[in-house]
Amino acid sequence: MKSSEIRALFSVVSRPEVVSLAGGMPAVTALPLDAVGSMIGDLVSGMGAQTLQYGSGQGDPRLRERICDVMALEGITDASPSEVVVTVGSQQGLDLVTRVFIDPGDVILAEAPSYVGALGVFQAAQARVRHVAMDDDGLIPEALEEALQACRAAGDRVKFLYTVPNFHNPAGVTLTEPRREAIIALAEQYDLLIIEDNPYGLLGFEHEPIRALRARNDDRVIYLGSFSKTFSPGLRVGWVLAPLAVREKLVLATEAQVLCPPSLTQYAVARYLDTQPWREQIKIFTELYRERRDATLDSLQALMPAGTTWTRPDGGFYVWLKLPHGLDAKLMQPRAVAAHVAYVPGIGFYADGQGREYMRLSYCYPEPDRIREGVRRLARVVEAELELHETFDAVDTGTFTAVRPSGAGPSIIGPANSDRSGDQA
Amino acid sequence: MSEPAPTAVDTAARPAHPLRALVLAGGLTFEREVSLSSGGQVMEALHRARVDAELHDADAELLPGLSAHPADAVFIALHGATGEDGALRAVLDLAGVPYVGSPAAACRLAWDKPAAKSVVRGAGLATPDWVALPHSTFRELGAGAVLDLIVARLGLPLMVKPASGGSALGAQKVSRVEDLPAAMVSSFAYGDTVLVERFIEGVELALSVVDLGEGPEALPAVEIAPESGVFDYTSRYTPGLTEYHAPARVPDDVAARAAEMALAAHRALGLADLSRTDAIVTPDGEVHFLEVNVSPGLTETSMFPMALEAAGYELGDVLTRLLTHRAGSTR
Repeated sequence: MKSSEIRALFSVVSRPEVVSLAGGMPAVTALPLDAVGSMIGDLVSGMGAQTLQYGSGQGDPRLRERICDVMALEGITDASPSEVVVTVGSQQGLDLVTRVFIDPGDVILAEAPSYVGALGVFQAAQARVRHVAMDDDGLIPEALEEALQACRAAGDRVKFLYTVPNFHNPAGVTLTEPRREAIIALAEQYDLLIIEDNPYGLLGFEHEPIRALRARNDDRVIYLGSFSKTFSPGLRVGWVLAPLAVREKLVLATEAQVLCPPSLTQYAVARYLDTQPWREQIKIFTELYRERRDATLDSLQALMPAGTTWTRPDGGFYVWLKLPHGLDAKLMQPRAVAAHVAYVPGIGFYADGQGREYMRLSYCYPEPDRIREGVRRLARVVEAELELHETFDAVDTGTFTAVRPSGAGPSIIGPANSDRSGDQA
Repeated sequence: MSEPAPTAVDTAARPAHPLRALVLAGGLTFEREVSLSSGGQVMEALHRARVDAELHDADAELLPGLSAHPADAVFIALHGATGEDGALRAVLDLAGVPYVGSPAAACRLAWDKPAAKSVVRGAGLATPDWVALPHSTFRELGAGAVLDLIVARLGLPLMVKPASGGSALGAQKVSRVEDLPAAMVSSFAYGDTVLVERFIEGVELALSVVDLGEGPEALPAVEIAPESGVFDYTSRYTPGLTEYHAPARVPDDVAARAAEMALAAHRALGLADLSRTDAIVTPDGEVHFLEVNVSPGLTETSMFPMALEAAGYELGDVLTRLLTHRAGSTR
């Protein structure tokens, strides 16, 4: 099955009958929409001369100050607004960084699995992605070192490590404190640049945010941030925090791409941070996501057939599920569509064709009752697929009595059978 | 556009006001994306033809909407189960809503590929040997033993495909016996019965039939030459990946036999208004029936519109004539 077929199967997701555990859409309706609406209205009616005008390529200075306040929550206390470049979502930030650093053929190290939107950017830049194993504690430092040594031995130029340390997309896991230290130490040892992509860091359910990698090292880490999960993805406001020499290149690149990020949405975010209780709003979001995460994990525990395993995220949007041996999430997708449940097959999160036995489940958008129904449907799909494999997996075609090319035997045998056709014809 | 020529059947029933059409597209099937694309093309063509047309999904709002704002006729651009298995048409019949296309019972027959193959073979047309079996048969009798028999009887290569459904979803050519179990697994994900067919090497033709009120007419055959060699979902709907030749580059006598086959299949299955038969021409010039579509794709890369164009028809004009013909007449 090719990607166009997967896309085709996805088109049913827009129908309300389908429980979508596929998309990673934040629950924006939990925002105080009236307050945000009048705030944005005032920005146009009261400040249209600025908010509807071109702005600076690097982004609005006031917003960049507020971004530094946000990053301080994750331990980045030394960032200067001059090191911040505002981007059209952190996706554009990732694209800019990739353009600045990558030449065709360069190697990028990334977790296995990795964010599908990043893999797309890396592919467009003709980079070679080498995956590095992770487990429930995030990226494995020993695996990273092994990869670095292997690349060095092969003469491959590793340009950077791309990592999502918190509530990973799609794996749902978080890089632990000791591993953060170990990875920073490896970066020093191997002269490695790290791209820390952190859209979910403030969405933890159990504990305060873990100090960012960037908080531990300010010249080997470029940090990507986003308001898509803490405020609104529709505004498309993200940022890059980079050392000044890199920042300059990023600004030139963004000016070439979009001239400047949209003024209105930057003002909207800055005004939101200035006037609305945004920290409390993040708590509202996390409570809502925690409830949905619980619904997902409880239903999976109760319903999934033996042999299925999954991660237990303590923040963010995603559960990463591994199917029983031999099952393929992509090939199973038509059955899921017929059962009116959607997920993202794991293969899309790898650059090298791995991941067939995995799927990503997003719990951020559907209500808990819908999640429970979705998992019920998914469990039935997996069970049916298991039955199918039980039927066919043990077939030993080597023992077949007669294998001959078409037409080599008796020429016309008539229909060997045609199930119910006799009744219907 | 030119005004559709009135025919004896529809003159009495023709509405006095300008034609009001409802185009159905979307549906909750594997082919939703294709259907939405077909629906978009149909809407564009009808608007160019200045027909008052509205686009609607096949959902819970359809029947109340039709009841509140009756359409003169419905055009079904749904692909996959809802639109092609006859169920929706049976409901439209119950509601007394006129629609373009084949009646419910004929759709049910055409939708069931093995059943349709039996009918066309019964009508004397060539179709590759096949067997169609549900998963339960393999489970109960042992998949190895059954597959062994299939291979012994039908040989290799084989085509493995879901017994119903279009756009080549779940269809695979199997050349090596060791690939057969996996192909069965992936085809069964689309439905409970799988059709295994002897693979016929040759030129693939799409044979469109349209009936504008004067009986079924075969349109020029469209020859399909996918760059990859396999006319799968991607080759079908990605512009540029498949070369089409309309009319097909086949000798006149082959083209004539292909046209006869499409008409014979259309009649044998009791189809109406429009259909598209997929066929293979072997190097010796024999035409083999593969399957028939009662709701042929109408996307920008679909063969039915190409055939219309090759015959000198305008899509909008043909759709208008079909809708006008059906307007006011229920079945």
